[in-house]
Amino acid sequence: MSRMRSNTYYLIARRLGQVIIHLILAALSLTCVLPLLLIVAASFSDELDIAKYGYSLIPRHFTAFAYTYILKVPAQIIRAYGVTTFVTIVGTGLGLFLMALLAYVLSRYDFPWRKSLSFYVFFTMLFNGGLVPWYIWMTQGLHLKNTVWALILPYLIVPWFVLLLRTYFAQLPNELLDAARIDGAGEWRTFFQMVIPMSTPSLATVGLFCILMYWNDWYLALLYIDSQNLHPLQYMLYNILMNARAVQAQPQTTGIRLPIATVRMAMSVLATGPAALVFLLLQRYFIRGITVGALK
Amino acid sequence: MLELSRLGVKAEPAKRQGARRTVWRDGRNLTRLFMAAPALVWIFIFSYVPMFGLIIAFKDYRFDKGILGSEWVGLTNFRFLVGTREAWRAMSNTLILNAAFIATTLVVSLVVAILLYQIQHHILARFYQAALFFPYFISWVIAGVFVFALLNSDTGLVNQLLVKWGRPKIPWYSSADYWPAILSAANLWKSVGFWSIVYFAGMLGISPEYYEAAEVDGATGWEKTVYITLPLLLPLITINVLLSIGRIFYADFGLFFHVTRDQGALYRTTDVIDTYVFRGLTKSAQIGMASAAGFYQSVVGFALVFLSNWIVRRIDPDRSLF
Repeated sequence: MSRMRSNTYYLIARRLGQVIIHLILAALSLTCVLPLLLIVAASFSDELDIAKYGYSLIPRHFTAFAYTYILKVPAQIIRAYGVTTFVTIVGTGLGLFLMALLAYVLSRYDFPWRKSLSFYVFFTMLFNGGLVPWYIWMTQGLHLKNTVWALILPYLIVPWFVLLLRTYFAQLPNELLDAARIDGAGEWRTFFQMVIPMSTPSLATVGLFCILMYWNDWYLALLYIDSQNLHPLQYMLYNILMNARAVQAQPQTTGIRLPIATVRMAMSVLATGPAALVFLLLQRYFIRGITVGALK
Repeated sequence: MLELSRLGVKAEPAKRQGARRTVWRDGRNLTRLFMAAPALVWIFIFSYVPMFGLIIAFKDYRFDKGILGSEWVGLTNFRFLVGTREAWRAMSNTLILNAAFIATTLVVSLVVAILLYQIQHHILARFYQAALFFPYFISWVIAGVFVFALLNSDTGLVNQLLVKWGRPKIPWYSSADYWPAILSAANLWKSVGFWSIVYFAGMLGISPEYYEAAEVDGATGWEKTVYITLPLLLPLITINVLLSIGRIFYADFGLFFHVTRDQGALYRTTDVIDTYVFRGLTKSAQIGMASAAGFYQSVVGFALVFLSNWIVRRIDPDRSLF
């Protein structure tokens, strides 16, 4: 009898524990997603409401005015979308291809220079020249300032991604690749017809990391791009934030109410939207990607 | 990576010279070298060449003269750097804030991972993971917009609440004292998802037999966490912490640049080496000092990475970087 009761207590305590854990995790998850919800809500709010009552999670008056305001003169944003899309596609495509080739070579157990070349690649994760030499080399040496290549080339090979890919490739059964060789397949053929098809999930994971890295980048534009024609989305957004402040500071424009706060938010939504969508649809690839990387 | 020696296969010692010649003659190896070449060349151009540029720190760099043409000035740049209060401030801010980030991230992500591990509902667990991981993919520009929506003095959410509770508004963007906490929170927000997934993955690798045995002995959930999960996770934790300590001289530029909106009034607590070097390069044109600070960061940072890697290798050779 008493044993049964303690069992019930145990079950209740366990249930309660589960409920508490779920509550904590749900609250944390909400905190992580909340910022974006707030930005979306604000982008659909009325400018005057924000000025009077501040930002809120539910718009007092629902309006898409900020979006129509932005899209009235769409040239700039279309241009920025174009730059970002181009940079993302070319950078991811080329980078993924070159990194996969390198990682494949480094993953082959019978490649004699595997160790020394791995060191050559991964040493750059530990030591670098820092910002100043890099900047001078990029601008004075390679003359990449104000070219679209300044937005692509610096991120082409990421040693960390090479490391991930090498780990994936090393898990492919050696017997299979050796058998292909015995059957007369050359290295290129083995790479394209065996390695690539067998590792699509891992290539997808690294590819997605690349896509988001390029899509979210503002740093290269901050350093290397002056001309507005080459501003990617994130950097354009950053500029709008700075300029909006400049507009606010000028006394002669105080009479006219530019929808600064809501436009800022609507721009953020437009800039993040595609990346957020990619993440939501494919998040399990990312999660698996780090899991494999973490366990090495 | 599988090492042949670990499989018990020993390299044949005989005919060393002949073996070397066949290595070169083996067309397969040349093809492989050719496959890797574009990436290797890229790494040389974009990573190794700038390393030579570190000599700028010992020169009076002039754009018109170039790196090699500029005059050597010995340690002048470093003497200037040591004499500047801002440089010391940037240095100590970098160390203090990064130390705070490492500690808070570790504790919170471990707690989250443990909670995730306790959950029996798998679909919800996956949902939580995705939500927590989400900020990792939001750029600092957007995060800066959000923090501004929270903290700007007139319309920000926090000040609105303060007014509602009858408290005075706080001018956040000119009150430097609050910023270590704000930056730690922003950093947590962005990184907890990533690290809790790493630790959660580590926990999934623990054999369930340990837990079953503990249950037979009547261990509670708390006891299982303290006596099984954490000790078995300790190598992973140690390694990650050591590797973060190795990078303690490098700050997350985006965090410090966008979340603070690069406000001069906040530099006292938020200026770090990376933002200091950036300003020296782009705004104040003090390339000498910027490159000296950068040199210091690269070299001391590398020494630290080296040291922490040496410790990691003693704990678990498989996890060391080199």
